[in-house]
Amino acid sequence: MPDVTETPLPGVGVRHEFTTSSGERLAVLSYRSGRREVVVYDRDDPDAAVTVLHLSRDDTRTLADLLGATQVSEALTAVQQQLEGLAIDWIMLPARSRFADATIAEGEFRTRTGASIVAVVRDETTIAAPGPDHRFQAGDVVVAVGTSQGLAQLNELLVG
Amino acid sequence: MTIVAAASGDAALLFIEIGAVALALSLLARLAHRLGITAIPFYLLAGLAVGQGGVAPLDVSEDFISLTAEIGVLLLLLTLGLEYTGEELRYGLRTGIGPGLADAVFNFTPGFVAGLLLGWGTTAALLLGGVCWISSSGVASKVLTDLDRLGNRETPTVLNLLVIEDLAMAAYLPVVAAVVAGRGLGATTATVVLAVVVVVLILFVALRWGAQLSGMLAGGSDEALLLAVFGLTLLVAGLAQQVEVSAAIGAFLVGLALSGSVQARAGALVRPLRDLFAAIFFLFFSFQIDPGSLAGALVPATALVVVGIAGKLGSGWVAGRALGIGRRGRLRAGSALVARGEFSIVIASLGVATADGGDLAALAAAYVLLSAVAGPLLAKYAEAVPAVGLRRA
Repeated sequence: MPDVTETPLPGVGVRHEFTTSSGERLAVLSYRSGRREVVVYDRDDPDAAVTVLHLSRDDTRTLADLLGATQVSEALTAVQQQLEGLAIDWIMLPARSRFADATIAEGEFRTRTGASIVAVVRDETTIAAPGPDHRFQAGDVVVAVGTSQGLAQLNELLVG
Repeated sequence: MTIVAAASGDAALLFIEIGAVALALSLLARLAHRLGITAIPFYLLAGLAVGQGGVAPLDVSEDFISLTAEIGVLLLLLTLGLEYTGEELRYGLRTGIGPGLADAVFNFTPGFVAGLLLGWGTTAALLLGGVCWISSSGVASKVLTDLDRLGNRETPTVLNLLVIEDLAMAAYLPVVAAVVAGRGLGATTATVVLAVVVVVLILFVALRWGAQLSGMLAGGSDEALLLAVFGLTLLVAGLAQQVEVSAAIGAFLVGLALSGSVQARAGALVRPLRDLFAAIFFLFFSFQIDPGSLAGALVPATALVVVGIAGKLGSGWVAGRALGIGRRGRLRAGSALVARGEFSIVIASLGVATADGGDLAALAAAYVLLSAVAGPLLAKYAEAVPAVGLRRA
């Protein structure tokens, strides 16, 4: 990973920039509104943006999917190979779930299924290693590790 | 309604006049948008046209308009405060003090000296210094957006300078307000000290308990939030005015105190209201100017704008160099700051009632007219002009 520099833009948002391995300088502007801009800098005048890509929230998600999809599946395959017999699953918590407003402790998921909840993705933030007091909300994406059987049971509990 | 009716004697006529003016302003705002510059110069010209000695003098109660205009100032400052988070202010202060000082020296001094050369009193000269000093953050952010320069590496220097200028205003406005109200050296000093203490106090409270305040306001509908923010702004502004600290700064600090989701929501809710009231403020400001004195102010204003352009290019140069920005980037940074606008008018309006107030208002209006048109043009072509001379930058 190259060094990513973060610069606050008062009243606008935040800019992250880095130099690619081929030597091009690239930045992502995150507006407070959620809009993003991808900026490529001029080689002659390193302060000036030559290419600016305006992305809405949806565009950002699409682009992130396109760029990130291969990496996620590669990483996932690697994890599964490393930990023989273990699997990872992403489970979306629907509003009708009986755990939509419960804490992790209340659900006793590990006792019941053997699977561990390792992260919760809420909107755009990831809560890594959530504690037993963590309270779910409808729409949370629960990331769990376990045997494929345990994960199926967990899926049943959370969604069913 | 009684105010309106009693003042004009005929509410129907008043509605027709205000309606016609508002429609005219809307056309001007569209024109300004098409030309890619701020609407402020057009509002000022419109104010001249409907003012005393203009082409179509309005017959409106001065009380009614001046109150509306005062609210316009409060809302301008409130939305400015809403722009920034506490963290951004702290970052701006950490990195921007040096460039901010250079900016003040380059731009305040010429105005102050020019005021003295014109034979004005010290108070009016102090105000003219302020008029020349503060860039228009509205124009700067519009220029940066329109020219797709928000991503440029020099842009944080521009935004940080704007933050510093706005914070400097928080100290400058109450101080000059005290000087304007001045009654002898002792009393003025006491008022200035009080003003600074109150500002520091409110700033501290705003940054320390802003989150709690925002939390209290967060519940409830948009309607409730709008009324709460509007009420709080007027209340704090009124209290600040009561102890002779400028009301505008009270409003600015209310804006700073709000944070998080309340900040974003309040900003979106107040902005349309601000646009309406601020337009009336600009109109009313030049409404009071005699067109003849504006013509007389054009020559000194042109000279000051030339110096002012050099001053802002200097500010951009110093601020950019501190962050390792190349020469072309430094020029772009400076050119984005050239336009003066809303705050120059706010500052000049403080002195309208003083001895040299009429001349100050005319000069400030001319200065804003010229620099607000020159600024965006300069920013656009700053790219092209120095490309030859600075290729190896």
